Amino acid sequence: MNVSLRWLEAFLRRPLDSQDVVEKLAMLGAPVDMVQPLHLDLSPIVVARVLDVAAHPNPKMTRVRMTLVDDGSGEPVAVACGAANVTAGKLYPFARVGTRVPGGKKGPVEIGARSIGGVTSHGMLCSLDELGLGSDSDGIWELAVDAAPGTPLLDIIPLADERLVVDVTPNRADLLCHKGIARELSYAYATPFRLPPIPGAERLDVPPARRAGAEATVGGVRVAIEDTGGCPRFLGAVIRGVTVAPSPDWLRRRLEAAGVRAISNVVDATNYVLLELNQPMHAYDVSRLRGPGIVARRGRAGERVVTLDGTQRAVDEEMVVIADAGGVIGVAGVMGGAESEVRSDTRDVFLECASFAPARIRRARRALGMSTEASYRFERGVDRWAAADALRRGLELLLTLTGGTLAEAPVDLWPAPSHPPRIFLRLSRVAQVLGVELSQHAVEKYLVAIGATVVAKPEDGRLAVDVPGWRPDLVTEIDLVEEVARLHGYDAFPTELRPFRVGALADAPAHVAAGMVRSGLAGLGLLEVSTLPFVREGSNASVRVENPLSAEDAFLRERLLPGLVREAERNWAARTRDVRLFEIGTVFARGGAERPAETTHVAAVLTGAVEPPHWSAATPADSDVWELKGVAERLVALAYPSASIQVEGAAFVARAADGRIVGWAGPLSADAPPWAAPLFGVEVALDPAPRQAPQYHALPTTPSSDRVLALLLPAGATAASVIAALRRAGAPLLETVDVVSDYRGADLPAGTRSVAFRLQFRAADRTLAAGEVDAVEVRLLAALQDMGIRRRGGTAAATGSSGEA
Amino acid sequence: MPQADSTGFADLDALLPRLGALGALDAAALEEAHVALLGRKAGVLMLAARSVATLPLEQRKAYGAAVNALKRRFEDAFAARRDALDVEHRRRTAAGLDLTMPGRGRWIGAVHPVSRVVDEILGIFRELGFSVALGPEVETEWYNFLALNFPPDHPAMEMHDTLYLDLPPSGEAPGGGELLLRTHTSPVQIRTLLASRPPVRVVMPGMVYRKDPFDASHAPGFAQIEGLAVDQGISFVDLKATLAHFARRFFASTTRVRFRPSFFPFTEPSAEMDVECQLCHGAGCAACKHTGWMEIMGCGMVHPNVLANCDVDPERYTGFAFGMGPHRIAMQRYGLCDIRLLYEGDVRFLRQFGPAAGSAR
Repeated sequence: MNVSLRWLEAFLRRPLDSQDVVEKLAMLGAPVDMVQPLHLDLSPIVVARVLDVAAHPNPKMTRVRMTLVDDGSGEPVAVACGAANVTAGKLYPFARVGTRVPGGKKGPVEIGARSIGGVTSHGMLCSLDELGLGSDSDGIWELAVDAAPGTPLLDIIPLADERLVVDVTPNRADLLCHKGIARELSYAYATPFRLPPIPGAERLDVPPARRAGAEATVGGVRVAIEDTGGCPRFLGAVIRGVTVAPSPDWLRRRLEAAGVRAISNVVDATNYVLLELNQPMHAYDVSRLRGPGIVARRGRAGERVVTLDGTQRAVDEEMVVIADAGGVIGVAGVMGGAESEVRSDTRDVFLECASFAPARIRRARRALGMSTEASYRFERGVDRWAAADALRRGLELLLTLTGGTLAEAPVDLWPAPSHPPRIFLRLSRVAQVLGVELSQHAVEKYLVAIGATVVAKPEDGRLAVDVPGWRPDLVTEIDLVEEVARLHGYDAFPTELRPFRVGALADAPAHVAAGMVRSGLAGLGLLEVSTLPFVREGSNASVRVENPLSAEDAFLRERLLPGLVREAERNWAARTRDVRLFEIGTVFARGGAERPAETTHVAAVLTGAVEPPHWSAATPADSDVWELKGVAERLVALAYPSASIQVEGAAFVARAADGRIVGWAGPLSADAPPWAAPLFGVEVALDPAPRQAPQYHALPTTPSSDRVLALLLPAGATAASVIAALRRAGAPLLETVDVVSDYRGADLPAGTRSVAFRLQFRAADRTLAAGEVDAVEVRLLAALQDMGIRRRGGTAAATGSSGEA
Repeated sequence: MPQADSTGFADLDALLPRLGALGALDAAALEEAHVALLGRKAGVLMLAARSVATLPLEQRKAYGAAVNALKRRFEDAFAARRDALDVEHRRRTAAGLDLTMPGRGRWIGAVHPVSRVVDEILGIFRELGFSVALGPEVETEWYNFLALNFPPDHPAMEMHDTLYLDLPPSGEAPGGGELLLRTHTSPVQIRTLLASRPPVRVVMPGMVYRKDPFDASHAPGFAQIEGLAVDQGISFVDLKATLAHFARRFFASTTRVRFRPSFFPFTEPSAEMDVECQLCHGAGCAACKHTGWMEIMGCGMVHPNVLANCDVDPERYTGFAFGMGPHRIAMQRYGLCDIRLLYEGDVRFLRQFGPAAGSAR
């Protein structure tokens, strides 16, 4: 909502400082987003009297005349003037040498002493255009006021203004007009406010509206409400003999300050009431009304109307329309029709001032895909009970501005008159919610300040509060509690911490798990990223966004890795070669249920050196499948502790204890520059189950006995299968098995490789004798023999054989 | 020229403290001190020794002896310190090591700056007896709007530009409707109140989504932290006190806060909490649009309709709720002027939030 500071001053009849108003409005819940100064650049312009006008000494300079100007500085100054209308004895705005005029389309102009045809001119007499006040001016601006030369122009003509852009929350319909803002400030400044007088309207006597049911005739026009649900109240009046013309300056300036372009006196009058009282109105050309009649009814299938913006629109049964005898002439509360629009030759005007149901207007303007000043206000709620006052205000303006006369008293169709709601407020409830005991006197004072009528009901400690019609947001008791707090001032409440009871809930296990994963992976030297879940393409199982921002964001991701690959590519584009990233995020998939399955995943990508280069060694190795496997094992241990990594083709999967695949790790393809290292990735579901406490095993009290076995593995035999066989056969003395080396060479039998395992044996209750370990080793080799695996370099049992390097 | 009277002896005595100080000097400082004291051209003691010859005969002997004794003591001290330094040096370079060479590095790992901010905020609320609750990112209209007292067909619905999913409406209990990406973390309030009885004290972090184009200050998805406290006797004073305490813990103990009336359908009275601008401390600067304040969070007393929608008796129980945006707070805290940095995986950016970040600044 654009608010003119001068307009507010007219309401409050006191000067206002914009910064102070901004502060006060903020603390009352109407923050100001911006203050825009209007015409403050005219402050150096003064009023000057032209004392004498003479021809330019150069006879060829016929268009320019030399004037002698009194600008109040004492000595008259010589000023050249090219305007035909310059007249001795008159007052004009004057820009002295050294000042700057805003200019029109040409932009600002610095005023200097200039030589014009050999004569020096000291300043400039200004036109409206040169002052940035409009382009339709002929010659310089003759001031119709009386003021001493030298008086600043802005002192005598209140052109300068400040526009406050107020951020009005959807509940505060009342703040969408100057009167509403003035009401708030009236409380803040403890000063009364009233409607500013309309210049020239003092002697008008507009008769009160004639109440009727659903139908009446006014000025020869039949008026009816057929859709009382959509249009509960409809007032109208006919003004005859209007002259459509531009509005006077004061009105144009107020509209302009509020950001609305002046059009003609009739349209400007309705806009003025809109901005002043939050009541949209519409003016019709009576000669173009068929019937003549105006009815508010539901639209009918197939009906169309060309609205004021020149667009043809189809209406439907849910819309309230304004129709005449021939069809639809406007979409009620949204936009009028072009057919019955007031034009320059309009003589008789029908002025409509109606109330429409907010939900119906909202539906209609959404269906039509448009929003107007009127629909914006009707959606939020226009004061139905103030409609008669608003019509009177509109008529006063129209009659004053257009010279027309009222055909007869306006009509007021209101089939089911009502009162604004009455709400009961308990002082005990105020104290319960606000935590402070406020006196009945204070509470009443605040409620009266917002325009409510308060009746105390001492018998049950309640206040009966009749809320004002302009506050459709006040419906229940808590709404009044908020008003009391708001006017008491939020800052006036204490901020002492009072005792409280803690909740019984534990932290969500999934949050705890995510936290452990996050710090664990950061500890592995990975950087956390956070990408958005929107992706361009999806599978059959993907969830599609119905109204995406763009085709790039049409689907919700099913996996995190594609996003991380893009981030790796981003780093390559910045010529970063070593990238180690992880992300914890949500992925989505259509499941059997109505609601899509939503899972938290953990993913990581690795490319480039496994550690930063160090001068003490050669260039470090790049991440390879073993780096991936190691990171993946740690990641699974953090994210899904009950799962394990298994080989699957050329990659790995993580399997939960029940066999479900819960993760994947492997090489990734990407749009990589030639210098980039291979890219690897891992993605695992986050198990939200609470983590098990670590299990403690008593530290050994006996020494272990270590052996290294170098085994020849035929093709197809895997380390995992050997380890499993060793564990089975070595129990219970075999404690640990580690792989020491993997050797492949021409000296080995064809198709075999030599893998060395370090075995650690221990008995919990005694020191193992060498013979005992030898016996186990024989058992182990026997078990391996079934798999075609034998000891490298023979079958004889030996102790302490060393592995290949 | 020194006189071999008491003044001359006093000058010698004044050099004694420097003798003791030699033991702490490094090699370079030791050489400097040697030049100053025993330097052949201008060393103080050498000058004193040379001056002996100019003295009257009866004074020469005593003064000359004193100068020589002091010279010897200094020479011994210098030799001893040189030896000591030499041993140290040899020990250090025994293996040919230059210990000023850089140590072996490890890749810097880091949690995301927004995660850092979220963790810090949650930590402060944990101190105040709150625990962490979570909820889904896909919600129904009922959880996201209707249960939170958004009136159907009211412009308040347009406070959030909602992304809907291309799926049939959900018929789930207690409230279904169109499926959408939650526009705020407030539906977790509903889920928590439906699942547990007061006293409830929870903070609810998570991602939320709006149909906002991606630019320097907007993103279609961002983090939010919601808070909810419901019990008997909770009032607007508790709301103010809790959040002001949070602001002083998170920002600085002297940070001023203010509460302004605002509007959210699910709270009443509703407020915005502003904190003193952390850049200009209230004086007004470009970052705070010359207001001296930064908007940090929306908050308010839980609307009775919300409690009733969760089967909590609004006459018996009251509560407060709040919500804030960690992305925006992270931008303020780290001085970022483009929110998009927080969604990109640029290693050069993310590394700055690693373990060294605190000491580097």
